[in-house]
Amino acid sequence: MSVYQNNEINEEETSRTLSLVVDNQPGTLARVIGLFSGRGYNIESLNVTEIDNTRNLSRISLVTRGTSMTIEQIKSQLLRIVPVHIVRDLTLEGPFIRSELALVKLIIKGANRVEALRVAETFRARTLDVTLSSFVFELTGKPSKIDAFIELMRSLGDTEISRTGVSAISRGNKSETKLLEQIELN
Amino acid sequence: MAIDKTITGAEAVITALVENGVEVIFGYPGGAVLPLYDAIFDNKKIKHILVRHEQAAVHAAEGYARSTGKVGCVLVTSGPGATNAITGLTDALMDSIPVICLSGQVPTHLIGTDAFQEADTTGISRPCTKHNYLVKDADNLCDIIHESFYIASTGRPGPVLIDLPKDVQLTKIKYNKKRNRIKNKSSNNNPKINMKIITKVVDLLVNAQKPIIYAGGGVINAGPKTSTLLTELVDLLNSPVTLTLMGLGSVSNDNKNFLGMLGMHGTYEANLAMHNCDVMLNVGARFDDRVTGRLNAFAPNSKKIHIDIDKSSINKVVSVDFGIVGDCKEVLTILVQEIKKLHNQKILKSKTDWWTQIKEWKKKDSLGFKQIGKNIKPQQAIKSLYNKTKSFDTFITTEVGQHQMWAAQYFGFSKPNHWMTSGGLGTMGYGLPSSVGVQIAHPDSLVIDISGEASFLMNMQELSTIVQYNLPVKIFILNNQWMGMVRQWQELNHGSRYSESYTESLPDFVLLAKSFGIKGLRVEEIDKLDSTIDEMLNTNGPVIADIRVEKEENCFPMIPSGAAHNEMILGAEDKPKDTSDAGLALV
Repeated sequence: MSVYQNNEINEEETSRTLSLVVDNQPGTLARVIGLFSGRGYNIESLNVTEIDNTRNLSRISLVTRGTSMTIEQIKSQLLRIVPVHIVRDLTLEGPFIRSELALVKLIIKGANRVEALRVAETFRARTLDVTLSSFVFELTGKPSKIDAFIELMRSLGDTEISRTGVSAISRGNKSETKLLEQIELN
Repeated sequence: MAIDKTITGAEAVITALVENGVEVIFGYPGGAVLPLYDAIFDNKKIKHILVRHEQAAVHAAEGYARSTGKVGCVLVTSGPGATNAITGLTDALMDSIPVICLSGQVPTHLIGTDAFQEADTTGISRPCTKHNYLVKDADNLCDIIHESFYIASTGRPGPVLIDLPKDVQLTKIKYNKKRNRIKNKSSNNNPKINMKIITKVVDLLVNAQKPIIYAGGGVINAGPKTSTLLTELVDLLNSPVTLTLMGLGSVSNDNKNFLGMLGMHGTYEANLAMHNCDVMLNVGARFDDRVTGRLNAFAPNSKKIHIDIDKSSINKVVSVDFGIVGDCKEVLTILVQEIKKLHNQKILKSKTDWWTQIKEWKKKDSLGFKQIGKNIKPQQAIKSLYNKTKSFDTFITTEVGQHQMWAAQYFGFSKPNHWMTSGGLGTMGYGLPSSVGVQIAHPDSLVIDISGEASFLMNMQELSTIVQYNLPVKIFILNNQWMGMVRQWQELNHGSRYSESYTESLPDFVLLAKSFGIKGLRVEEIDKLDSTIDEMLNTNGPVIADIRVEKEENCFPMIPSGAAHNEMILGAEDKPKDTSDAGLALV
């Protein structure tokens, strides 16, 4: 045990999904990522894109791990970043949806091609591209579902994987509109 | 309607600085800032101070800011100008000092081409500023300057850098005045104070039997009124109070409840009071590792209350029972008000036992030292300096190391904003340039840079600045020919293997002074110390005083690395336990 370890010792680390609304500006993502690397926090998944082009805002969905003290620290540190407007802890707020999109290329010939299609169908993956020796499947869903699909595909042949990372939103009629209105138009 | 594009970007920048109250700017010219320097050339409202190195420009701005409460302002060129400023910016970030740094940049069409004196300045400075900008569109220039002052000076203050490509400086634009409301989410950074927590905190404070108030730089940043409020709170509660390095001066050193500085080189009574308290009120300090010692033994039986403007400071390293996010001044105003409402002697718990105990600890006289023989003890040098300057409005700056700790221990600070030191980053070479900024802001006051010979060498080029502007800074060098703090740690933790900590090939400081045309003094014996200090103080211009002190004096008392407050050692004879392996890894 380090002598400078904090006084909260035994709590386990848990996974948390954060949802950030930030200015869509050069450097904003670098600030967020720099905070995590500079202060030694982990990013398990990250997903960024513009969500509001009149206000020039982007959403960052981010999955991280830590004790509750670390997570509180991460959230407070994120809010210190000037172009970060909203930091929501979806895991803490209540039920929420996390979804991810994966593109999976499978190099495959012969009898197992049927098996690959059967697995894809079971997972409700779409077939986006077919050649005589390959498929490209598109799959959305929880990360665990995508993990399982990829594992099966790997056992069938050479694969190439591209995943978006988790995108997340809270369930129910709770809305961010009021919070967003407080951000003046840029 | 045709828009009048009447002034250049560079002129707009200078106009915006004036509009934001800037009177002095510390800088160094270069190719990418020539338009800005041209705009300064015949500007009567801003005085430019030419430093000799960009790091010094930022430290000077810090000294200016810390001693006035205003925003310090820096102007540097692209590439090396900006990279040289990085240490200063990091220093300002760590100590929460409001500084605006304008840096030149290659023209926008050359960005990314590895042009001459190009550096990714916003990339490099991102983690060491509160915020930064690269201005690519000249039309945004004015708003960005106004916003940057707002960001630097509100909430938890800090440095803001604005990178200005040369073509943007030359573009004709229309000047935009400051708008009433800055469009920025941090306009909401004046958090509402939670009154429910205040009620609980007041109850805790009033009922405490062994309270301690521990205050830091946040009190200084919240303005001089906050120091008055803090002192009032101390009196109301009859509580002992201790200050961090950054907080010195926020309670007067002659206040009867003041226990001195706490932490690694704090007093015995301050650290023991922290260790044994039942209620701890932290006002604007951040549980820095220099203060807490070993965390799992930090004030083990206490309820902790933490007031801080920065939410991320609360529960960062020490979990507290009550966190109040707010400006120290506002929170203290409310606390004093609420306690006054309740105040009568019956409500306050008796603290007689607590004060008796504290008096026992005080008897240890942890700052005691023996001035014997002819050699000057560094502690005595500071003590004598303090005694001879008490009656002046004295501003002290320091470098980093043993001399800094001795200054904190033996110089008395009765007012806020009179003590400029590099606390968080621990930047050797901070004090001399910082004294430039302080003396510019307070031309008629006594400004002393308490220095060590090794730190002095780090930024001694600023002697030239001091001479150019005839700044009567007194440079008081505690010269022991060692990087004293490094030597001390090598003695305590590395079996006296003094690896590279001897300051070899020192200049003759008296001749050095002479070469700059200023007065140089040297003293080697204790009986000439007072007369040397007198001569230094009675000289009208700048002085370098080379105070040759006891070479192997260690700085005590001390909490060895990895130890707790109650395991502090008082002196060399107080043989410390061997430092633990974990402790050896600490700085």
